[in-house]
Amino acid sequence: MSEYLMILIGAVLVNNIVLVKILGLCPFMGVSKKLEAAAGMGAATAFVLTLGSGASYAINHWLLVPYNLTYLFTLSAIVVIASIVQFTEMYVKKASPALYQVLGIYLPLITTNCAVLGVPLLIVQNELQYNLIKALWFGFGNALGFTLVMVLFAGIRERLEGADVPGIFKGSAIAMVTAGLMSLSFMGFAGLVK
Amino acid sequence: MLNALLVMSGIAVLLGSVLGYAAIKFRVEGNPLVDKIDAILPQTQCGQCGYPGCKPYATALAADEAEINRCPPGGEEGIRKLGELLNKEFIPFGGETNAPKPKSVALIDENICIGCTLCIQACPVDAIAGAAKQMHTIITAECTGCELCVAPCPVDCISMIVIQEKIGNWKWKYPIYALTPA
Repeated sequence: MSEYLMILIGAVLVNNIVLVKILGLCPFMGVSKKLEAAAGMGAATAFVLTLGSGASYAINHWLLVPYNLTYLFTLSAIVVIASIVQFTEMYVKKASPALYQVLGIYLPLITTNCAVLGVPLLIVQNELQYNLIKALWFGFGNALGFTLVMVLFAGIRERLEGADVPGIFKGSAIAMVTAGLMSLSFMGFAGLVK
Repeated sequence: MLNALLVMSGIAVLLGSVLGYAAIKFRVEGNPLVDKIDAILPQTQCGQCGYPGCKPYATALAADEAEINRCPPGGEEGIRKLGELLNKEFIPFGGETNAPKPKSVALIDENICIGCTLCIQACPVDAIAGAAKQMHTIITAECTGCELCVAPCPVDCISMIVIQEKIGNWKWKYPIYALTPA
């Protein structure tokens, strides 16, 4: 059980996908101006990231490795992720129109989120340590980390909007500085899990 | 080589059929009238109509729950087109679509207040503290600025004061578009 806790803490805090691995910066910078939008994006990405890690692990483990085709992993992972995004969009539209309205534009954008491809690649790199459940759990942990950082960053940027920022730092510049400082502070988690 | 082709096409066929099945199973029957109205609206998603976006406003129009003059970005041309589609008379922009007032709270001048409790009864959010023949006061954090307490006051001791923008109460503005005459 403690192993799963380690995976979770490791994925959310120590090796945070955005601030430590520096993946998925496009939505991190692009969709973090408003708190609600950031939370919506985080939730949608979390769903796809979790399912995508599980599915691409399964394909790699039961299809690509036995036939000695691991060089096709990136290609098949992209296909799987794109399909999951499409499927998610259809399902959410049917099951919960309200949620679909909130997520609307962000759902298709997830296909091109590098974090969503990066996590399956990380799982495959450490293949010997993982099984399907752990792959899903690792994906979920990273999704949680992504959402956490999105919400924190959006909160800070909303406050920055009302703050007295010097002219040359306004806009993207202060966002970059903020992201760097957040990244530094997440470095403090290194060593939390051995 | 053959294995690679087979595996990849296998994945593609499997995912394709799942998506195809899902497209049929999860098909959403939209109201065709809503889509027609939505096509007329300017898609600025500005929320000036009082609905969260163009689609919700279109839905309300289709259900006959809203007037057709609630969309400033569409201009009078937009009202005319909506009127044609829904067989309604042209209505010009009303007072409700004008610029909103700045956010404000009520303030009781405690020197004039006679403790009549009329404003307490009018307040919909219980933001006024006081009792009969005791001085009343506004709980600023609770006041929504609805101005319902201003009219009942027999001695006119309630005034509305505008809240200054500070970092604690700052919020994103709704986008505002200048109206161009059609």
